[in-house]
Order: sequence, then C-alpha cells, then structure tokens
Amino acid sequence: MKVGVVVFPGSNCDRDMYHVLTDVFHFDAQYFWHEKGIPENIDAVILPGGFSYGDRLRAGVIAAHSPVIKDVKKLASRGVPILGVCNGFQILVEAQLLPGVLLKNTSLNFMCKWTNLTVENNRTPFTNQFKIGQKIPIPIANGEGRYYVDELTLEKLKENNQIVFRYDDDVNGSSYNIAGVCNKECNVVGMMPHPERAVESEINPIDNKPSSLIFESLLSKIGVEN
Amino acid sequence: MSLNPQELEELTAKIGRRPTQTELHIVAAEWSEHCSYKSSKKHLKTLPMSGPLVISEKGYDSGVLDVGDGYVVTAHIESHNHPSAVEPYGGAATGVGGVIRDILSAGTRPIAILDGLRFGDIKKDPQARWLFKNAVAGIADYGNCLGIPTIGGEVEFDRCYTNYALVDVAAIGFGKKEHLIKNHADKGDLVVLLGGSTGRDGIGGSQFASDSLESEDRSAVQIPDPFIEKLIIEAVLEARNHKLIKAMKDLGGGGLSCAISETADTLSIGIEMDVDKVHTRESGLSPDEIMVSESQERMLIITDNEKLKQLQEICNKFRIACSVIGHVTTDNLMHVKKNVETFACLPTQVVANATLLDRPSKKPAYLDSIETEKELKPINDYTKILETLLASPNIASKIWVYGQYDHEVGIRTVVKPGRDASVLRLDNGKFLSVKIDGNPKHCYINPREGAIGCFEEACRNVVCTGARPIGMLDHLQFGNPENPEIFWTFLESLQGLADFAKYFAIPCVGGKVSLYNETPSGPIKPTPLIGVIGLIDNKPQTSKRITKGDVLLIVGETKDEMGGSEFYEYIHDFIGGKCPKVDFNESKMNMKSILELIENELPKNVHDCSKGGLAVAISEMCILDDIGCEVDLSKIPGQKLNPDKVLFSESHSRYLVVVGESDIESTKSLLNNHGVKYGVIGRFGDENIQFIMNSQKIIDLRVDTTQKVWANSLGETILHG
Repeated sequence: MKVGVVVFPGSNCDRDMYHVLTDVFHFDAQYFWHEKGIPENIDAVILPGGFSYGDRLRAGVIAAHSPVIKDVKKLASRGVPILGVCNGFQILVEAQLLPGVLLKNTSLNFMCKWTNLTVENNRTPFTNQFKIGQKIPIPIANGEGRYYVDELTLEKLKENNQIVFRYDDDVNGSSYNIAGVCNKECNVVGMMPHPERAVESEINPIDNKPSSLIFESLLSKIGVEN
Repeated sequence: MSLNPQELEELTAKIGRRPTQTELHIVAAEWSEHCSYKSSKKHLKTLPMSGPLVISEKGYDSGVLDVGDGYVVTAHIESHNHPSAVEPYGGAATGVGGVIRDILSAGTRPIAILDGLRFGDIKKDPQARWLFKNAVAGIADYGNCLGIPTIGGEVEFDRCYTNYALVDVAAIGFGKKEHLIKNHADKGDLVVLLGGSTGRDGIGGSQFASDSLESEDRSAVQIPDPFIEKLIIEAVLEARNHKLIKAMKDLGGGGLSCAISETADTLSIGIEMDVDKVHTRESGLSPDEIMVSESQERMLIITDNEKLKQLQEICNKFRIACSVIGHVTTDNLMHVKKNVETFACLPTQVVANATLLDRPSKKPAYLDSIETEKELKPINDYTKILETLLASPNIASKIWVYGQYDHEVGIRTVVKPGRDASVLRLDNGKFLSVKIDGNPKHCYINPREGAIGCFEEACRNVVCTGARPIGMLDHLQFGNPENPEIFWTFLESLQGLADFAKYFAIPCVGGKVSLYNETPSGPIKPTPLIGVIGLIDNKPQTSKRITKGDVLLIVGETKDEMGGSEFYEYIHDFIGGKCPKVDFNESKMNMKSILELIENELPKNVHDCSKGGLAVAISEMCILDDIGCEVDLSKIPGQKLNPDKVLFSESHSRYLVVVGESDIESTKSLLNNHGVKYGVIGRFGDENIQFIMNSQKIIDLRVDTTQKVWANSLGETILHG
C-alpha cells in the first residue's frame, strides 16, 4: 500500500525511512516535497527525522507551517495513520496534531544512544502487533527530545490511553519518561526514538525484531496488496 | 596579509607590470602556504598516490577509490586549527563544512565524518576545557544537522597545544562511478556561484592560517550555517543526477581567488567574472573583499547555457541562491571585472602555481639527548597506576564526545564508535572500515618512527574489523617551516610515511599539510594524523560478547619502548626514552594472520593494543563486556621485561584476540603456520581484572568500579576540571 514520506528542507532521515519502507518491508513508498500536495488516497504518511529549517526558532516550528501540513491535517482527521519520528514528532507537536512540547534534553546536549522502550498502547496502527509491556531496544538522536506536558495534561493522556512508548530509564528528563504519544483517535503517533535505525540486524547490536513490529503493525493495518 | 618583497618582485616580473590592488589580494591568498603548499609540495611527491583501486581525475579535491560493482568511495581530510584556536565553535563547525564540500565536489554523497581533536591540559587549563567543549559542540551541531554520521575519531591532550587547538576532520563519500563529475569546460560555458552569500567573514583566512597565531583575528574566522550546507548537498546531488554539472569546486581557503584560478588552471581555460554578479551578504563590499572572502557554504559550478535553467529550478526548489558570475574563455586568464571595469587580469598559471620552495632543514638539537632514559620513581602499587591511567583524559572513554554526535544517521554504521575502527555498510554488500590516528608524543621523540607508528596503528585498527587497508589519508601538522629544525621533522615524518605506504602498497588518496601551528610559547609537537580506509568483502568482525572461560591471546612482541608512553608522560611527567618502532616484516605477518583468523571466524573479539599499553587494552575489553580476566605476564612474547614495561610499553603490531575454548587449538595452529610471535596469556571470568607476575598478583581491579571511572572521568573533568 502507498506510504508517503514527507521531505522538508533539512530532513535527513527521509532516505533511511524510505529504504526501510521499501527494501525491508516492501511498502510502496513515495517522497513528498513539503510544497507538494499529498493525494487523498494515500494509506499512511511518515514525517521523518532531521533538522527541518535547521531547527531555527525551535525544532519543528517552521515546518509546522509548511504547505504540506494542511494535507497532513486533513488526512489525520480522516483517520489515516500518521507517524512522526524525532523531528517529525516535533513537527506534529508544533502543528498541534499531538499534545505536549519537546524541550532541550536535561543534559543540554545532543544525545545519541541506545535506549529501551516499553510499549504502553497497542491500539495504534504502529503498535498493534505488540503486547502491552513489550520492550524495544532502539536508538535516540536528538537535542530537543525532552517531552513535556503539565500534570493535568499528563493525567488526561493516561486516561485517554495516549501514551504509546515510555523509556525504561530517565534518559533526558521527559515527563513520565514518555518517548511517544498518540492523538485520542490513536491514528497519529509521534516518537523521539528512531525505529528505522533499529529494524535491520546488521546495524542493530541488540535485537531488531521488536522495532520491526512497528512497521509490521502498519502492514497489518493497511494491508500489503497494491 | 600581503606578498613579501621577493614575491612582489616575482609577480611583477611574471606579468610584466605592476599588479593592481585586487591582483595583490588574489595572489597573496593563493600564494599563501595554506593554499599553495609552497614549502611542502616538492616533498609530497614521495608518497605513492596510485594503486589498482585509485581513480584519479583532474580537479578532484578528494581521493577516489573504486570499491567494485560500479561504486566508488571518496575520502578527504582537512583541519581548521587557527580558526578553532580563536573561535572553537565556528572554527570546528566550518572545518566540517569544508571537508564535506570536498567530498561533494567529486559528485559523491558524504556518508561519514571522523574528527581528531587536540588541546592543552584540560585538567589544569580552563582555556583548554573551553576550547574542547566548544569545538565538540561545533562539530556536533554541524554534522548532526547535515545528517552525516560522525562515526569515529580521537581526542588527545598535551601541553604542547596550550592556547591552541588542532581540529582535524576527515570525511568519507560514497556514490556510483558513473556519477563522478568529470571536470571539463568549453568556451562559453557559464560559471555559477551557488549557495551561501559572500560576506566579510573569513577575509584573509588562508593568510591567517599561514602565520603563527599571535593575534586573535576573529574576522578571519568563518561563520557556519549547516542548514544551507544541507540544502547545497541535496541541490548539488540532484543537479548531478540530471547531469547539469560539467565541473565543480568548493570554495574554501582563498575563497573565489583560489576556486577560480585553480579551476581555470586545472582545466586549461580562462574565466572572466564580474564581482557585481556575486550575491553578497551586505552592500559595499569591494572587489578585493569579494575575491578573498572565505564565507562558507559556497560551490563553484561550471555548466552550459542549455542546462542553466534546470540548475536554477533545482536551486529555487531548495531556496538557495545561484548566480551566474562569469563565463569560460580560452585565453587562460583570470579576468575579474566590476561591471565594465577590469580589476584583475592574470594568467591562471601564475596565480595557481606559487614558486615552490626548497626550505633548509636541520636535525633539531633536542633529539640528541631525548632518548636518554631517566631513573624513575619505583612503583609499588600497580593497581592504583592502572586505575589512574584508565581515568586519564587521553585514555578514558570518549563517550562524552561521540555521545553528542549522531553516529547512526544514514543507517550504515555497523561497528559504532568506542571500539577500534568504525565500520560502514555499502550498497554493494561490502563494508568500509575507517580509522584516524595520531601520536605527537611518539612523533616528538622520533618524527620518523612516530609517524610510521600512527600509520601502523590506524592499519591495525582497521585490520581488527577484518578489513584490508586500501587507502591512506595524511594530515601533516607542524610548526613554522621557516625554522630548519621544524622542517626537518616534517621531512622525516613524510619519509617514514612514504616508506610504510610503499612497503604495504597502500596509496595516499588525500592529504593536507598544515604549517605554522605555533603560539608565542612555541611550536606544537610534530602531529601527523593518519587516516586509513579498509575494505571488507564479506563480513566484518563484530565483537561478540566475551563470556566466562574465553581465552585471551596476544599476537606480537612487547618491547622495551617506553618513550612517549602515557606511563612516562602522564604518570611520571617524563618526556624522553626510546619510542616504539615498527618492524615492517613483523607488522605485515601479524596483520596477515589476524585477517586470516577473522576470515576463519575464529575470534570473538579482536582489539588493538596501543595507548597505555596492554594493561589498558585488556582492561578496556573487560570494561566493555563487563567481565574479569586473569592475565599471566610471564606468557607475553618478547624479551624479559620488568612489570612497568610489560604492562605499559606501547609497542606496535600487537593485537589482543579473544577466542572461545573450543577454538583455541585451531587459532594456535593458524598462528603457528604463520610463524608469528604470540602467547596465550589469560582467561576471562569473575569480576576482577588481574595481572600475575611470577605467581604474584600485581594488579587486582574490580571491573564494575573501574567501568564507572573509565566511562565518566572525561565528562567530569570537563564539568569540574
């Protein structure tokens, strides 16, 4: 099925995501430049990582005003699966498709390291093949990756089952160790760690099977036939 | 920032008239040491530059290696020492930017960065800490934003870099052979300047870098903008795919002066350009300033009328400026105009080829006595010494550094930083292994043997991953070449590198010479930095977890070679003694046998033995795999030595090999067949690192506590001194 990979000026994980979608999971993936419209019959959209607009002002804030975001919002409201990874997550938050904000890590540094996640919600199109509580070894690479919500919103997120992934340790000071969230309808998911860096055994020193389930979940949701 | 009287006379004679003001600026930039290599060029010819895999074409700023199946790897190394010593963040960041554009100008996509960083004593000197912290931040912010992984490098601290910084950046590119830019141009072709705007930053940067660092000339430091560089990379690669580029060169030292004159000279053409057509950052720039500005993120492209429109469309897509600043002529002149008025008109051959010098050289006086050993304070607690070394800034984990670099982006990084060499996967199923190494402590004591040692160490690291070395990058960093003693050390190092390269048939595919690395308190120690690129056809050696009962072997002899060791310098504060020497034959045999062990999939783990000696190398293996080891020092091959020397000598050509119990016999028989010196020296298990000498335990160190010290001490030193 057709998966769109949105490319902003400064995206830099677009090619990695495309490779994983096409060569590893055999999706029919297509790039969409941020000024180009996305067709309505697309089956899923992924906003990859990178430094859109060089992270100026604040990560993701300028890209959230790109023409393509209008289409992403329309698709989101129709229930099309949408995944934002790293900078893609920051853009979804800035576009107000997801709650919360992403702040500078408590270390105040860019952090590139392997972390361990726990799956908290398996009803999204990107987690339906997981068991609740399942672990995922996966790398992060960000400078503004500290997910923050106020206490009240956090309670609401818990209530609505919007917390998708949590870090096992306090890696960067995120509220409630949150690594990924979804909207109320569960079709829009954002996560700071990079699943596209963890699905091939050659470059995953720990275990590539858990993160592969993120893409296999999408396969099972939107089907494989073209 | 001008020509000296002799050079002025020479220029006047060559062009038959007095040069104009603009011409003086152009020639001063291009004839600077930084751009012209006038002191070193004659001598660099001794390095072998060709080989079966080397593709050489005119005008490449990077080396090109054929890795088979229609693919090429490009590689280059640069430094940004003077700028980084004044403004470490911008200096280091623009250093990354420059070398990336060299990779891009061959028409290949940059896929990896490595950085070699050197500063003063960060434990005692807050200035060194400030320089270090900000240089790392500059590299991180620039490389991370580009989405090019920084996969490895090295960091070293030595008092000779006080108030100074060496920031070396190597970059690797990858692409299809058919996409390589075949630099050529025809009459009437258009000269296009693409990317960032030209401003007053970096004016006279190359002359600044060609003198001792005495004043802090901040205007000579360039301002980084990684976002524009990222857009340029994508725009250029898109233009390359559509075959819109006939020739390309990045703008680096010497700015337009250098790019225009060198492109024209290399392609045997003339270029006429108009400074009014150059897109600028501010108004009122004079032609002289435009010609020598070193503003970053700019590329010079030669295209033709037919292709221009498509090139402009691509630039529009990425919102980057693209100005047609001139056209190609056949008169071999570099003609700089401002509208109709001529400001410079020079034969490109004259501009691009400074007269090469034959600098005098003389063996430095200090070398006569440097090898004399000194009675050192006897050690009674080796455990404590090993702990101190593992926590020392030169040996402790560099995770504080590479943890700030995105080393995974691009999803090629198979062996990640923190081990020996880093390994990248390529699109043809092969793997590339890369490492850079320097050792100024050894090079100070013996410039020739020290340089060879750096080369061999980089080879060893690459061999540890199962790769055979296919190319070398050299970066030769010394003080003022006008001092015959310093120039002698340069020549010695170069000769050593050439000898090793020839013996091992490893071509030099790229390099750089950086001279005048001095402050008022003196020159740096000779600091050649060597990068080695290795190719793995099948499968890289990745470290398998060491478990209880695994056996430790050492291949190679441990010799009485303590000069320049961390033990002498960090523990005893003594600079002197004999530094390690590479025995070429032993080195070759050891490399061969290690590669064969790996091909036969016998080792679980292979680790190079270098800085801090075997005590440190074995500890690192234990720390990384969280397991103890008992080592019997009497089994170490080589002459009988006292514990100081066995534990901490930094002899070359040594490898630590871990094999499972069941593979020990096949490993031994393979090593026996090769006739190499080796010893079965230890067994893994339990929680302590233990060294036994004459049935006496002389070191007993807990792995878990040592692990914390080793992992955290560099970060803590930066925070608290």
